[in-house]
Amino acid sequence: MALLQISEPGQASDPHQRRIAVGIDLGTTHSLVAAVRHGVPECLPDLQGRVLLPSVVRYLDGQRRQVGHEARAHQAEDAANTIASAKRLMGRRLADLKGAAQLPYDFVDQSGMVAVRTRQGLKTAVEVSAEILATLRQRAEDSFDDELFGAVITVPAYFDDAQRQATKDAAQLAGLEVLRLINEPTAAAVAYGLDHGSEGLYAVYDLGGGTFDVSLLRLSQGVFEVVATGGDAALGGDDFDHLLAAWALQRSGRQAVSAQDKGALQMAARRTREALTDHAHATLHCPLDGGDMRIDVSREQLETLTQPLLERTLAALRKVLRDARVQRGDVLGVVMVGGATRMPAVRRAVGEFFGEQGHVRVLTDVNPDEVVALGAAIQANALAGNAKDGQLLLLDVIPLSLGIETMGGLVERIIERNTTIPVAKAQEFTTYQDGQTAMAIHVVQGERELVADCRSLARFELRGIPPMAAGVARIRVSFQVDADGLLSVSALETGSGVQASVVVKPSYGLGDDQVAQMLRDGFSHAQDDMRLRALREARVDADRLLLATQSALDADGELLADAERASIGALMQQLRELSSAQDHDAINAAAEALAKGTEEFAAARMNRGIRQALAGRSIEDV
Amino acid sequence: MNIDDDDFTLFGLPERFTLDAAKLDQRWRELQTEVHPDRFAAQGAASQRIAAQWSMRVNQAYQRLKDPLKRAAYLCERRGTPVGAERNTTMPREFLMQQMEWREALDEAADGAAVQALQAQVAAREQALLGRLQVLLDQDRDAPAAAEQLRSLMFVVRFRQDVEQRLDALES
Repeated sequence: MALLQISEPGQASDPHQRRIAVGIDLGTTHSLVAAVRHGVPECLPDLQGRVLLPSVVRYLDGQRRQVGHEARAHQAEDAANTIASAKRLMGRRLADLKGAAQLPYDFVDQSGMVAVRTRQGLKTAVEVSAEILATLRQRAEDSFDDELFGAVITVPAYFDDAQRQATKDAAQLAGLEVLRLINEPTAAAVAYGLDHGSEGLYAVYDLGGGTFDVSLLRLSQGVFEVVATGGDAALGGDDFDHLLAAWALQRSGRQAVSAQDKGALQMAARRTREALTDHAHATLHCPLDGGDMRIDVSREQLETLTQPLLERTLAALRKVLRDARVQRGDVLGVVMVGGATRMPAVRRAVGEFFGEQGHVRVLTDVNPDEVVALGAAIQANALAGNAKDGQLLLLDVIPLSLGIETMGGLVERIIERNTTIPVAKAQEFTTYQDGQTAMAIHVVQGERELVADCRSLARFELRGIPPMAAGVARIRVSFQVDADGLLSVSALETGSGVQASVVVKPSYGLGDDQVAQMLRDGFSHAQDDMRLRALREARVDADRLLLATQSALDADGELLADAERASIGALMQQLRELSSAQDHDAINAAAEALAKGTEEFAAARMNRGIRQALAGRSIEDV
Repeated sequence: MNIDDDDFTLFGLPERFTLDAAKLDQRWRELQTEVHPDRFAAQGAASQRIAAQWSMRVNQAYQRLKDPLKRAAYLCERRGTPVGAERNTTMPREFLMQQMEWREALDEAADGAAVQALQAQVAAREQALLGRLQVLLDQDRDAPAAAEQLRSLMFVVRFRQDVEQRLDALES
């Protein structure tokens, strides 16, 4: 069967050549985009040659915005409309935010996620993050002068389901195809692992602007297995700055009340902290309403002041080692990630923590600001099918246990933390009252025994249970966590053979309607006509699917009977014909039909793959 | 090879309690290298769905084989004696007495050293029970006796986890 290529003017005829995949580190203080070029991962610079994009968005009059350096330059003077560190707000409600009062924003508590009131109306962290992602997407498309195939976006290992979902929503808003969400420490390990060709147990100490993550990974035969992960979702370099800022105010007897003052002080504190990395003394200089504030700080003073924060990171490190049931001496190296790990006190403390018992290498030779994006780029390249060796595989875990609420507000855990994903697990529950026909299911995430102490992810009801005596009905609740770490839950009444099920998305995630609405509401990079955009996306997807199907047929076509092969061929032909027409719904329907029509073929190929894998091994073992 | 095969067949390991942990880990990595959805990232939704199912199945089997308690329960069930720990809780009196003693010792433990001593004691007991479980399953092939032994072991492990939680609390 001949494969007919359909190419539009200006497009390469071989879709393989269009597979540009990037890694994006969406950080609290700054964000980066990287890609593998000529086999080497590299961060992509902007037109001025700068790699770091400050994660700051300023909303101006009209529909204008500034993103990055420009926004940050006006942060102090227009603090209330200039949103920085939005990552800390992702998937959070107002009640979740510690130190919200110190921030120069007018917060509005919304159902789902907190928003900030700006001169352009309410903005959530998802929208702010989408601006940043869209800017990076543009940068990458300009660099390659082509559209992106997709992106791997990194999230802190400690991000819960709501925060991951929010990140994915932001990417969708920015028009990015998410190939995978991966954990930042894992990405860093990939960047190092491939460079060093190492095998064994490694720790990643990732102190970012707003989050602290620690992960233990085992590297073996090209497989990066996350053994355990932990950290502190509310601890980062910003906290060091907050402490320094508060100390400076107290020392000088001054106050920072206005949004401008708070913003200026926070920035001055960061500059001072960074200066103390290379110098023993620095001056914190900050313009405040009542006149400039100047105060001398020594590195020693900063270290004494922030010692408790450092101690918290070490406690998290100890806990992760315990969770993984390994000793400090088992760890071969520690990868340092995040700009805040440049602080001499941090490197010293981590070195001493491991140094007592072994010869652990503290790895700092890859730029700690870039290492996460570089690792994400490597993974993106592999997922796009560009990697030649193809032997890189990440096996990640869920960071926090998942469960449901049972009688008395207690949590029944269904999937324990540090379980490798993807994972599915089901548990049976029963009714509490005679004749009960509905059951409320409340999905939570966290390690505590009481529902009130865990994060509520979703609530739904299973209705239509046939009336039975209490304890007779069998409700099977199934949890499924995909390779991005995202959860879906379903419930099914099995006792009587009557079935009812529902699949939930976490309540923090935006529905597709909401995303579409936000796109319509004048998102800056969505000025294209929605219909044209949908058509283009449908065509790209159709192209991908046709290509994948063709390569599957080429490789394993003999698994199919002639009739099956003919029917797949007909479905492919139909899709090809429709994809040159203008109706994106018809293209999507034909693509869905082809996907369905090849499901059994795909299953047969998978089965054969496994059989071959096992057969190859048992010969080895004999 | 089928997705519905039992865990041991899936991993190509002999169906018994004694397990070569290194081999299990290695096979898990090899299987995931074959079936993980990332291997099929560019191959369409159908392949993705099936890869995810396989990958989940492999992880499920791995979790069950890796954990001695889950592995034992799986063997008992396959040999016709489901453990049913939540319903069948009759335990020997002597065993219950010891559990109570341990609980008291944990409540009264004044410092980390006392908790650690208790932890060592509990761990030794756990090892002894695991040894007997192995004999019951692999030599005697006595599933009902193994199931009873396993129920005791579950209590011990639960208690050991409580002890560890206390250690966590003392350290942080």
